[in-house]
Amino acid sequence: MAVQSNGNGSLDSHVKVPVPQIKFTKLFINGEFVDSVSGKTFQTIDPRNREVIAEIAEGGKEDVDLAVKAAREAFDNGPWPRLPGFERRKIMMKFADLIDENNEELATLETIDAGKLFFLCKIMEIPGAAETIRYYAGAADKIHGETLKMSTALQGYTLHEPIGVVGHIIPWNFPSQMFAMKVGPALAAGCTMVVKPAEQTPLSALYYAHLAKLAGIPDGVLNVVTGFGQTAGAAISSHTDIDMVSFTGSTEVGRLVMQAAATSNLKPVCLELGGKSPILIFDDADVDKVTELALQGTLFNKGEICVAGSRVFVQEGIYDKFLLKLKEKVKNWVVGDPFDPTSHQGPQVNKKQYDRILSYIEHGKKEGATLFHGGKPCDRKGYYIEPTIFTDVTDEMKIAQEEIFGPVMSVFKFKTVEEAIKRANATKYGLAAGVMTNNINIANTVARSIRAGAIWINCYFAFDRDSPYGGYKMSGFGRDMGMDGLKKYLVVKAVATPIYNSPWL
Amino acid sequence: MAAKRVSSLLLSRSFTSSLASRLTGGKSACQARAISRYSTAAALEEPIKPPVNVEYTKLLINGQFVDAASGKTFPTLDPRTGEVIAHVAEGDAEDVNRAVAAARKAFDEGPWPRLTAYDRQRILLRFADLVEKHNDEIAALETWDNGKPYEQAAKIEVPMFVRLMRYYAGWADKIHGMTVPADGPYHVQTLHEPIGVAGQIIPWNFPLLMYAWKVGPALACGNTVVLKTAEQTPLSALYVTKLLHEAGLPSGVLNVVSGFGPTAGAALCSHMDVDKLAFTGSTETGKIILELSARSNLKPVTLELGGKSPFIVCEDADVDNAVELAHFALFFNQGQCCCAGSRTYVHERVYDEFVEKATARALKRSVGDPFRQEIEQGPQVDSEQFEKILRYIRAGVDSGATLETGGDRLGEKGYYIKPTVFSNVQDDMPIAKEEIFGPVQSILKFKDLDEVIRRANSSRYGLAAGVFTQNLDTANRLMRALRAGTVWINCFDTFDAAIPFGGYKMSGQGREKGEYSLKNYLQVKAVVTPLKNPAWL
Repeated sequence: MAVQSNGNGSLDSHVKVPVPQIKFTKLFINGEFVDSVSGKTFQTIDPRNREVIAEIAEGGKEDVDLAVKAAREAFDNGPWPRLPGFERRKIMMKFADLIDENNEELATLETIDAGKLFFLCKIMEIPGAAETIRYYAGAADKIHGETLKMSTALQGYTLHEPIGVVGHIIPWNFPSQMFAMKVGPALAAGCTMVVKPAEQTPLSALYYAHLAKLAGIPDGVLNVVTGFGQTAGAAISSHTDIDMVSFTGSTEVGRLVMQAAATSNLKPVCLELGGKSPILIFDDADVDKVTELALQGTLFNKGEICVAGSRVFVQEGIYDKFLLKLKEKVKNWVVGDPFDPTSHQGPQVNKKQYDRILSYIEHGKKEGATLFHGGKPCDRKGYYIEPTIFTDVTDEMKIAQEEIFGPVMSVFKFKTVEEAIKRANATKYGLAAGVMTNNINIANTVARSIRAGAIWINCYFAFDRDSPYGGYKMSGFGRDMGMDGLKKYLVVKAVATPIYNSPWL
Repeated sequence: MAAKRVSSLLLSRSFTSSLASRLTGGKSACQARAISRYSTAAALEEPIKPPVNVEYTKLLINGQFVDAASGKTFPTLDPRTGEVIAHVAEGDAEDVNRAVAAARKAFDEGPWPRLTAYDRQRILLRFADLVEKHNDEIAALETWDNGKPYEQAAKIEVPMFVRLMRYYAGWADKIHGMTVPADGPYHVQTLHEPIGVAGQIIPWNFPLLMYAWKVGPALACGNTVVLKTAEQTPLSALYVTKLLHEAGLPSGVLNVVSGFGPTAGAALCSHMDVDKLAFTGSTETGKIILELSARSNLKPVTLELGGKSPFIVCEDADVDNAVELAHFALFFNQGQCCCAGSRTYVHERVYDEFVEKATARALKRSVGDPFRQEIEQGPQVDSEQFEKILRYIRAGVDSGATLETGGDRLGEKGYYIKPTVFSNVQDDMPIAKEEIFGPVQSILKFKDLDEVIRRANSSRYGLAAGVFTQNLDTANRLMRALRAGTVWINCFDTFDAAIPFGGYKMSGQGREKGEYSLKNYLQVKAVVTPLKNPAWL
């Protein structure tokens, strides 16, 4: 991979941008890169400059059929589920090593495709994907059922079997992490799978498919079909030969996936959907620390993260101090080319998201919230938006209720712990919450009162491979990560057989 | 010096109540130190007649009450007076042999392990119901034999016994082994089988609760048991085991041998036909038990031993609440708790106020006949404990700690001791290092967290710890740094059925209560069989 000085006029001249060679643009089915049956392709765009990166094979229903057929054959007759857990583990470990070996190239693909900060991809996202694969590799030989205490003279036990062919539909905001957190446990369980990456960010998934083959994952076990939700995604959700679907994306699309599952073969689904997560800041909190956490909590990954702390509730005693500090800190928040190591924030992923965020900002202004900072697109060619903060936001405003998925923070004031809990819970979502206090009683009460799948006390984005992650309410159901994340790829079978003259029951 | 001053004073109730009101002002600690309120209690009154008769005094072997083979008995004494409550059959090695033989037969051939777990559960539930029905008699027996406040026995301990039995009854049909992934084509499963005949030796400080902690999980798992009770408190176990048989327990499943450690206890530990041993008591005896197990048949041993648990009052503490909790942590059950918060570490910023208020609180403690209402503290269990505690108090004075209050016996009869508070205690004093097992609070001063962590951990014990702070970071730090089996944050002696309990270091090995305790009474068997053409591995 070459590194060159950036010649693009709209970008800062000191930024060194590696120019990757795009090696994989076709569908990956049964161990081979193939064109789509229709021969169609679609363009994937660099959000930094709106230019085309590559033409990618556009998978449709027929391609999904082929991929499922390969996965079905690999599950029903192939070696993968029949390998002992420790053998699957070995191959997955190799897969993880290959990801590490190709860190720089994968990070580059991720940055040009998704507009994510290059250095974070290098030190976090790509190593994180490898570590997640290793975590689940270690789980492959630790999948236990139970022997049972039957109420009559029977020997009973449960087998935790791989569920079969899995469909994974993953989003564009963390293409590598999402790939690893879905593919890792499914591989460990002994499942075979069809992955549909987001049409905005197809590049890394195809690269991972290539590495999986190199690592020794048998043909047909991992298939990648690039394409769109309405065609390829819908075909996966409604396929009668897929045994389970795992989806991460918007609440609207989650509903469609579940409907398709219901009307086809009633396959179980696991949904990780939208959020409007609160950060609750109490009077006793350290202003400097919590301001930093709130800023990161909202603006990290340009706000394109389902757990963004997009509703910041501040107790009245600390409210003014918080805003002062916020003003000071947000000034130093740099929006710029994601390859520039001084940038905090790159461009939004595509035009659609960009327009949508700007329209929410307009709504905020119209509804009477005070624009405290930002509120405009940046003066650059790509999809860059200023970090935007609204104060005087009321709970019923659109910007307080709907997921913006951009660098927009809404700040609210509250008086009591009870009020904070009530308002934090007054949402259809329940993905995460931040609790900023050093008081053990407030922390304990709030942690149990907030109806959300992750509670971060005096921290935010405390994701961990061993920590299950998922939603309450319309943020979805099921869990990714941790040993809980493995369960959904297993199905429980109870076996019973009579026993005679047992010395104990 | 202070000890002499306190012990020489006996004052009337009217005087002390006027003092109590002055004490709340917090300025009169100096006078308070010289005056005691508990003077009117047990010492000057006739003991209340316990509302229960002693019906069962024999050994319970193979479902029958029987005399000891030797015909010997020993007296069990009323700690309020030192007088005899009853003469109890004194089991020794021969009786233990009989009891183990009965338990062995009940395990190897009897119905108990062969019942469905559901049926075992039903019997344990019926037992819990019967104990609940006889709550007050059982509590009275416990108080009479042990000296603990009747209200504590009747409202906390017997209901907790019932709760524990129901808890373990519910486990009986949820004891699971695992199916196990193999490295080749094999079907592997583990069976969690009852371990066999369990020997259990329980102490005198919580006779019923210790019974429940040990008997509950052992029976739920399908084992049979020989239980040796403490010679100080043999009565309640005999009473409830009678009820357990009424509930439908087959003969030989639970055998109760009253008697002494060196004879009956040692015989149980050395027995070649006992498959498992569980002991709660002193660290010294624990060592002997482990040794006897090692020398005989290497039976696995669970030990719950002594402690010298720190109670840490941090800089940010609300002193009034801290004083109350620290007081409870130490004085509960006459200080006869293995997990008593017997090293009260107080941050220097709140130390003086704490000492003053802790002294005032100890002075207010109502000591007297445990059958009287609203008594907080009864007599110590026996003369041996009583003398030992007084020796430690003298050692405290001799080593230079400041005796703030108490320091001597209360009254002339029975084993009552005045609630005693020492301040300016140093880590190397005997009262800071050794388990006193009595109503003696030692207050130590500390400056910062690193220091208190180091000092709290520099003990051969590691049973429990109390932490008093509102600060989340401090709480998180201490809960991980303290080398103890239980850390109570802003609470103490919270003993739910599901919370495991046990020690680090020389406070013992293994855990009791909760799901963890089942493991003590189960043997794991791995079963392996080849698979032909498996659809998955």
